[in-house]
Amino acid sequence: MSEVLLNVENLCQYYKVSKGLFGKTQYVKAVDGVNFQVYKGEVFGIVGESGCGKSTLGKTICKLIEPTSGKIEFEGRDITNLSRKEMREVRKDMQMVFQDPYASLNPRMSVRNIVAEPLKIHGLDAGRQETDKKVIELLQKVGLDSYHAVRYPHEFSGGQRQRIGIARAIAINPKLIIADEPVSALDVSIQSQVLNLMNQLKREMGLTYIFVAHDLSVVEHISDRVGVMYLGNFVEIADKESLYVNPLHPYTQALLSAVPIPDPTIKRERIILQGNIPSPLNAPKGCKFHTRCPKCMDICAEIPPEKKQVDKTHCVYCHLYD
Amino acid sequence: MKKDNKTDQNTDIRTPFSEFVRKFKKQKTAVAASIVLLLIVLIAIFADFVAQYGINDYNYSEMLQGPSAKHLFGTDEFGRDIFSRIVYGARISLAIGFGAVSLAAILGAILGLISGYYGGIVDSIIMRVCDVLFAFPGLILAIAIVAILGPGLYNVVIAVIVFRTPTFARLVRGTTLQMKDSVYVQAARSLGASDARLLFTHILPSALPSVIVQYSISIGGSIMTAASLSFLGMGAAPPTPEWGLMLSNARTYVFMCWHYAVFPGLAIFLTVLCFNLVGDGLRSALDPKLTD
Repeated sequence: MSEVLLNVENLCQYYKVSKGLFGKTQYVKAVDGVNFQVYKGEVFGIVGESGCGKSTLGKTICKLIEPTSGKIEFEGRDITNLSRKEMREVRKDMQMVFQDPYASLNPRMSVRNIVAEPLKIHGLDAGRQETDKKVIELLQKVGLDSYHAVRYPHEFSGGQRQRIGIARAIAINPKLIIADEPVSALDVSIQSQVLNLMNQLKREMGLTYIFVAHDLSVVEHISDRVGVMYLGNFVEIADKESLYVNPLHPYTQALLSAVPIPDPTIKRERIILQGNIPSPLNAPKGCKFHTRCPKCMDICAEIPPEKKQVDKTHCVYCHLYD
Repeated sequence: MKKDNKTDQNTDIRTPFSEFVRKFKKQKTAVAASIVLLLIVLIAIFADFVAQYGINDYNYSEMLQGPSAKHLFGTDEFGRDIFSRIVYGARISLAIGFGAVSLAAILGAILGLISGYYGGIVDSIIMRVCDVLFAFPGLILAIAIVAILGPGLYNVVIAVIVFRTPTFARLVRGTTLQMKDSVYVQAARSLGASDARLLFTHILPSALPSVIVQYSISIGGSIMTAASLSFLGMGAAPPTPEWGLMLSNARTYVFMCWHYAVFPGLAIFLTVLCFNLVGDGLRSALDPKLTD
């Protein structure tokens, strides 16, 4: 792999929850000490079930939410404590695509103005005609037509709107795009179109993606490396091939066994997890997964597992591999 | 995907504004009211051409005459033409209505945006002041303000601004609270938009429909307030052709000649009614929940 584009160290995002006037203050540990790197030109997939903090992680990285603690380095520069003004400079290189294409576009703005907005914000709009030209160019790049520019978001289908969202994100040639479940609100047939578009743009523009999703097959399709999250932490980070062929963490194994195979003749043993995901308000001690782990040992309830580098591209947080 | 839409390439583009016009046109009463209103505004602007007499053309030989071809609405106790005075009076009432409410709307919108967006102590201060102003009935508050500042049209304007501003502030604050965490505002923030940009290009436009409705209805109410204050002798001073003041002067003669009180009253009634009807129509046309 090439150089590190984004380095996240011990990142925490706690939400304060106070119960009543005299109740004690508790914290929801949405992201609880996350470490990972994203390399230039790769697609880093983040998967996990609802409420595991994957969206929060994405939003914290681009500082839509101020992190509680930890460190975010982008291109070797510590951006954790940058003010909003200083952050503006960074946002030129770091853009987001949102989950819900119906909510993420301002219904009162024409597509032209939506796509031109990042240009305007970063002072890159050189006159009306130049901007018009640039907008049309961007629309065509994402598979829309120039006449769409004068229309409003409500006239588009979900897939088309997501294309508009992507056009907006790539307008100022960013280096990193954080895609927060960009296809989970779309039909399966449209999902593949948008995924292919994202792949194509990545090749053409040399983009790097952080791709958040809950759908393992979507992540498999697009990612180079995948991180599996559970209750605010990664449990396993590995190359796509390595992870899907040889999952090490019991949680990853359970997740992968639940992916439907479009062939009814194949029978497969499913690992069914017991119970629900514990409340992030009082996460279990030790390994957070031990309450549901089929291979739980005594040590798991006591000590949180350290990162184990199993081979060069595969690491796991589990006592089974001590 | 590209090809699917080629077919509708030539259909009309439905902008939010064209949608609004389409829905507003369906409200027959509101359309009628806005035509009448437009007429009143035109009469006020071209008062010099509409009125045959000046506002202070005294004619003691024609005192308190009933409506006739010479004096459309009759004359008052000084023989002045009531129609001409009403026509000129429209200028005053509309100017107070539009002027005061516009200022109140701008001031209220800015306060509401700041209050809703930044929250915290600023929000508390602004909203508590609004609560205090809300605690008084509108007219009482206006009377109190004019009583402190002294009678006069400018002070009436100030009074109207003071008691209209909180309504707008609350309205805009509500929408701001609702919109500031919406996904598209977050999206704009992730693009690097400044606070001013977020407030004025993303949040304020969403508040605009309710502000416009409130604006229209407030103008009607404010014209009423201004007339009431003048009626009570706290607004315009004679010989200003203010509608409320004319009504007040007519009290003495109400049993002798009906027309003196009726026509200024009708002018107030018609103008306020039209503003309210237009406001209702705007509300229906701008409400996204009411589809057709």
